[in-house]
Amino acid sequence: MNLLSHTVLLAALPMAEGGHHAPVVAPDMGFGGVFDLLWLVIGLPLLGAVLLLGVTPFLPAPARAAVDKHGHLLGTATAVASFVLSLVLFLALLGRDADQRQVGQQLWTWFETGSITVGMDLLYDQLAALFLLLITGVGSLIHVYAIGYMAHDPRRRRFFGYLNLFVAAMLTLILSANFVGLFLGWEGVGLASYLLIGFWQHKPSAAAAAKKAFVINRVGDIGLSLAIALMFATFGTTDFGAVSELAGEAEQATLTTLGLLLLLGACGKSAQVPLQAWLLDAMEGPTPVSALIHAATMVTAGVYLVVRANFIFELAPIAQTAVVVVATVTLLWGAILGCAKDDIKKALAGSTMSQIGYMMLAAGLGPVGYPFAIFHLLTHGFFKANMFLGAGSVMHGMNDDVDMRHYGALNKAMPVTFLTFAMGYLAIIGFPGFSGFWSKDKIIESALSENLVVGVLAVLGAGITAFYMTRLMLLTFFTAKRWETGVHPHESPKVMTVPLVVLAALSVLGGVLLLGDWIVTWLEPVTGHAEHHEPPLPAIAITLIITAVVALGVAAAWFLVGKREVPREAPRDVSFATRAARADLYGDAINDAVVVRPAAGLVGGLALFDRVGVDGAVEGGSAAVGGLSNSMRRLQNGFVRSYALSLLGGALLVVLALLAVNLG
Amino acid sequence: MTFWLLAPVMVLAALGILFVRKAVHAALLLAVVMISLAFLYAVLDAPFLFAVQIIVYTGAILMLFLFVMMLIGVDASDSIVETIRGQRALAVLLGLAFGAVLVIGISQVTLGAVVGLDRANAGGNVPAIANILFSRYVFAFEATSALLITAALGAMVLAHRERLTPKASQADLAAKRIRDYAEHGVHPGPLPSPGVYARHNAVDTPALLPDGTAAESSVSRVLAARGTVRSAPAFADDIDDVRRQIGDPATMPETSGKADAPANTEEDVK
Amino acid sequence: MTQYVVLSAILFTIGCVGVLVRRNAIVVFMCVELMLNACNLAFVAFAHQHGNLDGQIAAFFVMVVAAAEVVIGLAIIMTIFRTRRSASVDDASLLKY
Repeated sequence: MNLLSHTVLLAALPMAEGGHHAPVVAPDMGFGGVFDLLWLVIGLPLLGAVLLLGVTPFLPAPARAAVDKHGHLLGTATAVASFVLSLVLFLALLGRDADQRQVGQQLWTWFETGSITVGMDLLYDQLAALFLLLITGVGSLIHVYAIGYMAHDPRRRRFFGYLNLFVAAMLTLILSANFVGLFLGWEGVGLASYLLIGFWQHKPSAAAAAKKAFVINRVGDIGLSLAIALMFATFGTTDFGAVSELAGEAEQATLTTLGLLLLLGACGKSAQVPLQAWLLDAMEGPTPVSALIHAATMVTAGVYLVVRANFIFELAPIAQTAVVVVATVTLLWGAILGCAKDDIKKALAGSTMSQIGYMMLAAGLGPVGYPFAIFHLLTHGFFKANMFLGAGSVMHGMNDDVDMRHYGALNKAMPVTFLTFAMGYLAIIGFPGFSGFWSKDKIIESALSENLVVGVLAVLGAGITAFYMTRLMLLTFFTAKRWETGVHPHESPKVMTVPLVVLAALSVLGGVLLLGDWIVTWLEPVTGHAEHHEPPLPAIAITLIITAVVALGVAAAWFLVGKREVPREAPRDVSFATRAARADLYGDAINDAVVVRPAAGLVGGLALFDRVGVDGAVEGGSAAVGGLSNSMRRLQNGFVRSYALSLLGGALLVVLALLAVNLG
Repeated sequence: MTFWLLAPVMVLAALGILFVRKAVHAALLLAVVMISLAFLYAVLDAPFLFAVQIIVYTGAILMLFLFVMMLIGVDASDSIVETIRGQRALAVLLGLAFGAVLVIGISQVTLGAVVGLDRANAGGNVPAIANILFSRYVFAFEATSALLITAALGAMVLAHRERLTPKASQADLAAKRIRDYAEHGVHPGPLPSPGVYARHNAVDTPALLPDGTAAESSVSRVLAARGTVRSAPAFADDIDDVRRQIGDPATMPETSGKADAPANTEEDVK
Repeated sequence: MTQYVVLSAILFTIGCVGVLVRRNAIVVFMCVELMLNACNLAFVAFAHQHGNLDGQIAAFFVMVVAAAEVVIGLAIIMTIFRTRRSASVDDASLLKY
């Protein structure tokens, strides 16, 4: 491993003390063997997307009908094939020495302009390997699930095309060896997200939600694209390798700006405060989409960006502090939203926002946190996908009703869904032994040892998580039946339950990754070695405290929800806090007041200026010229003798001028 | 000497063009100017131009003016009232200023000794001009020929009047006459001739109808309008006068009118 | 020789004023001819002054052009008179604001 030789003195900040040596990314090229097939991981789903979206519309009608009927199988097959390939690659990587696990592949030169050359290069290292497994694995399961979930949708072929497009873009994002390629994938997943949120475009709410997600994501993308431009200006390249090598020589202000811009991009994609408003609305999309894109993979791209750009964040402590602040606010914000929502998917979305807050928090802590951010990302990918798919299964049985106040006592009606959902539930609240317990515990422990306030807030967040997840669980599967008339809940078909079972198993067993600190060791070449800080309390004490807080949250939910009669309509006379949480903590109102209305006012003012000022000047000018011409044209009286008179006047002037010149 | 005689005449004639009211008078005054000019050409050793000025300008162009004047009404004279406000005053003012400036300018110039055309005209003026015209100016000369042809064509086009309806044939005219008779009662045949007495060359004397009254349609309307139509009884008086003059004792004065007019019986006995 | 040129200038000016004050199109035309003749006089005078015949040739060409111009001009006057029953230049004032 190639360490930067010089140390950068960092500002004395409570969170990120001391200068870490971020490892340089230096992939080995041309390994041959199975690594030559790296591009195929992206290529397979891309092929699926091209076939389903690009080629099929031009086929003759019978062939098109056949693709419409069986196209989902092709889409699923490419995703599964991609997963198999990822697995083979992972095993191949596992078989190599620890210092030879960065594999590069140069496909072609993307573009070349002046001194800037951007290659279509791939980088496959320990970080990318884990992401590849998550994306293709969970992605394949969700493809399978969607076969059942979307069985009756007339546009299923297009849905699978979009899903494949998303997977291809997400893999591009992960595998790219430079920020420009990453940006390509970044925009690709944004596009796929837009298309899939608005998949049921006949619903105005879905169309609006898609548009909202797209616009807010653009705000984040401005940050990322500016960061890329700044990288070109500063380093002349965006290759991870070159940038990680040169980062130490850049100015502190530049690095801080870079870090903040990258954080802005991450905020947009990962729904962090202040760009969080789109995620809850994004639940308008089909549930597999919510599970894949808005829970397991795409929204975690921000975390990936921060971890991947660790060589920048390590040198920019201010940006790191900003990451921690944003993450802490978001994890509480999302948790509070989760408490108030009656829409099962929105409650889960709030939870997602909160959990990503945990990951960002870990990522903001530096090398201590990076492995745990990725660890939590993986376990969260499992249990949140599991729960979203479970929620989809519940909706499937409840005639697409999403209001939890209309559920209740579904544990008997949907045993498989209930059991798998329960596994996810136990994992997310951090029940000892389940995957979420290990990952969240580690994050909170790291946070406590870096900064007490943040750590305490993270513990509080864990308690709130326990509360709202228990509330969700109770409202859905326990308490009294509150079903709508004519609804007969039933278990979902096998094609939907099998993925649930697999994901439930992963939710339970995800913690094995931490066995013997495997994931920390595995990621160390990418994220750098962590200087260990002693936590203020012994680790076991922290774990006990967290577990106690979680138990408190569960108990509170039991007494507030489980023991009471649940009204079928949401009560109106509620406290201010509840009303605020129901209104997404006024996120939309804040956006409206801070951005939309001033912008509208500015535009209105500009329009008014254009109408009155510019148009006035132009039209006034033309009116003045017109009026002048109107009076001038009276000279054009049609009498040829008048014209002759002016001719004579002109001749007189010419002769006078001649005389003046000759005699003067 | 010739110049000082002709110059005042020319200036006066030119000024006359400004002031006379009838266009014909203006044309005649212009002729005066042009002919005087021709004499000045002769004085200035330009005998060819002298001839051309008289033959072409005065003889052809000015005559063309007179032709057109006749065509569009020779009596038409300008009204004295100026229609464009300030035009006349301004024109006079600017004209005076222009003339003054020109004269002052020219008088400032010293032209030097007169070379004269004795040498250039040594072989005769017309051959000398022809020499230059058909050598140095031959292309300009050819261009003027094209110009003249174009002008002739243009004049034909402008003066041409398009016939919009087919020309009426004799049959059409006859049919129209009969139709007019049928619809409006217009007499279809020729008008009656005026009455002619032997001793009068009398288009102004109406024919007599069988009842002895005058046929009004037999004399021109113009004569009727002028009131110069004569009547048969008046002639009867004349007959007595004439007889008295020639001293012929009248034997049958009442019927003499009829008896003495055998020459135009075909008109009178209608 | 100056006197010829001065006479030419005076005749030219008179022609100018005539064009400006007379309204009968034919008289206006005659005034134009007067101006052309005044120019011819200057040409011929200068030919005499300088002792070459180019001035006379120029005068000759002016006459030719004048002849063509008169033919066309009078034809136009005829045509206008035919349609408008007037030879006044002020009556043909439709081409205006």
